[in-house]
Amino acid sequence: MNMFRRLAPTLIGIIALSVVLALLQASGQAFWQGLVINIGIFIILTVSLNLSNGFTGVFSLGQIGFMALGAYASAILTLPLRVKAEYLPNLPAWLATIHFDFSFGAFPLGFLLATLLAALFVSLIALLVGLVLMRLSGHFVAVATLGFLVIVRVILFNADDFTRGSRTFSNVTPYTDLWWVWVWAGLTIYVVWQIKFSSFGRSMFAQREDRAAAQAIGIAVMPPRLLAFVVSAFFTAVAGSLYAHFITSFSPTVFYFDLTFRVVTMLVIGGMGSVSGSVIGVLLVSALAEILRRIEDVNQLYGLSGVVLAVIFILIIIFRREGLLGSRELSLARFWERGGGGE
Amino acid sequence: MLYYTLQQIINALSIGSLYALMAVGLAMVFGILRLINFAHGDMMMIAAYIAAFSLAAKLPFPVAVVVMLIGTVIVGMVTERVAYRPLRGAPDVALLLSSFGVGQILENGTLLVTRLMQKPIQIAFPAPDVLSGAISLGPLTVSRLNIVSLVAGIVILVALTLFVTRTTLGLSMRASAEDLIAARLMGIKINRVVMTAFQISAALAAVAGLLFAVQAGQINPYMGFTPVLKAFIAAVIGGFGSIAGAVLGGYVLGALEVLLTALPGLGDLLPPGPLADFFKTFLPSSLTSYRDAFVFVALILMLLFRPNGLLGKGENEER
Repeated sequence: MNMFRRLAPTLIGIIALSVVLALLQASGQAFWQGLVINIGIFIILTVSLNLSNGFTGVFSLGQIGFMALGAYASAILTLPLRVKAEYLPNLPAWLATIHFDFSFGAFPLGFLLATLLAALFVSLIALLVGLVLMRLSGHFVAVATLGFLVIVRVILFNADDFTRGSRTFSNVTPYTDLWWVWVWAGLTIYVVWQIKFSSFGRSMFAQREDRAAAQAIGIAVMPPRLLAFVVSAFFTAVAGSLYAHFITSFSPTVFYFDLTFRVVTMLVIGGMGSVSGSVIGVLLVSALAEILRRIEDVNQLYGLSGVVLAVIFILIIIFRREGLLGSRELSLARFWERGGGGE
Repeated sequence: MLYYTLQQIINALSIGSLYALMAVGLAMVFGILRLINFAHGDMMMIAAYIAAFSLAAKLPFPVAVVVMLIGTVIVGMVTERVAYRPLRGAPDVALLLSSFGVGQILENGTLLVTRLMQKPIQIAFPAPDVLSGAISLGPLTVSRLNIVSLVAGIVILVALTLFVTRTTLGLSMRASAEDLIAARLMGIKINRVVMTAFQISAALAAVAGLLFAVQAGQINPYMGFTPVLKAFIAAVIGGFGSIAGAVLGGYVLGALEVLLTALPGLGDLLPPGPLADFFKTFLPSSLTSYRDAFVFVALILMLLFRPNGLLGKGENEER
């Protein structure tokens, strides 16, 4: 009974979300579908950035590099063979003959596998990078991880055999839909939430608040940081794969500082350390960006949305440094209890 | 071969001067506030735009330079007052994030203004005669821009060193960089010191921005991003916060970049033989396009093994 009580709000939330998604899917409103897909992808990106940056306080600016790698890796796996031969003629043989097109009934199992493989590949890279970079602290991490972002970009631009270099990588099969994005977003939220309230999560927060004190009571700094970095990279790569199979054509320029800054804005506004805060940050910034974009288009005021968002960002940092929620969580369960007046 | 080498050395020195100017601009502010100023590249961009508009308005070159310096310094002072002073005493990351925001405002603001003026995003930079063309020194051809960068870099850096070591204000700046709280207790007016640091930093960004714009031939709102990343590397190589270190870092980075550009092409220049084959095998010219990646790998190695830079003191000795 107690168990049911605890889970009920979450279940109701999931059911409500599913109904909304189903209605949206059926409505055929391409604009709103695209917007909600984008929001889902940003939720994955921001929640996983929160895991690495917010929970541990190690401020990484390289996460979008993982997204880029995830996007390219999975797109190479799902590209139809004929297109691949024409497009990437110099691929090594074992990659050139792989096509993840198997399906289970109508379910594109190949896309799931390609996403998982790409994310695992990226996690491995994150593990190697993290072993080196997680030893740094403070603002030097920011500079070094930004260096990682630049390195990824240079490699993507120059590894023509795999990425077509600066030319657009297109003809990716549009597998991504509302369900794919939101199931992954739900999974990301679930996993990050579980980590937050695990002993690993508490170690992350402890060494963020006071490293010396944390070490003094026997908390090792490296394992929680590394775990956060690798899991974050995994989901960031998933977001990359979803994004690639959503817009279907992209180039390395997409995955650079503008996107990094957008996700960092969402994180900081929501609150570093709060999963629900990240979701709120994504919703607020997405809504605001969409409204501003309309104003920009109508009045030909390009650049306006960037200025307004950056001003809000600075105001938040100055007047509400913790972001909207800080490390606290809004939970549906609490609303439920208050509303029901039980207990 | 000798001329090729000499030419490359001049290239390295002139690009090194540019990096040194930028890195010192970063180091001035970092030394006192522990702020890695991401908006520094955007200050360069602002300077380039002011210079471009002044020159387009037919102002003579020296006047345009003065307008550019004053304009950029004012922008620098405003950003300090609005975005950084309220964060005095906040964690380092808050300052860093605030400088991201400032950079975004400067970039998008410039975009907005240029679009309102019906200009394209990318505009040609009207290079003045002093900075264009080349002169020949015997068998060598050296571009005027390279010479001006080199001379301007050295003159400014010497003047700055004199300022920091010989004047009272310079002394208070060094004291504040050493220990902000102790400096305040000694009666140093911190706000004035910080403001001066931002003024000098902005003026350095302005000079670097002008030289950079002439070199590129065109300007756009995002032109500051890559140079500022390079300046970070130069500052890290030298030890963030030390002015002498930043200068050294700038020249080391310039040399490194020229080496990474020149060496891979060397195999094609050398007379055929084992040496040429060696270069063709191990440093093919296709490596040149990976130059930036190598430079950043160097940055990460530096942060890991000598985080205080070539000239930096050990962290433990400092406090």
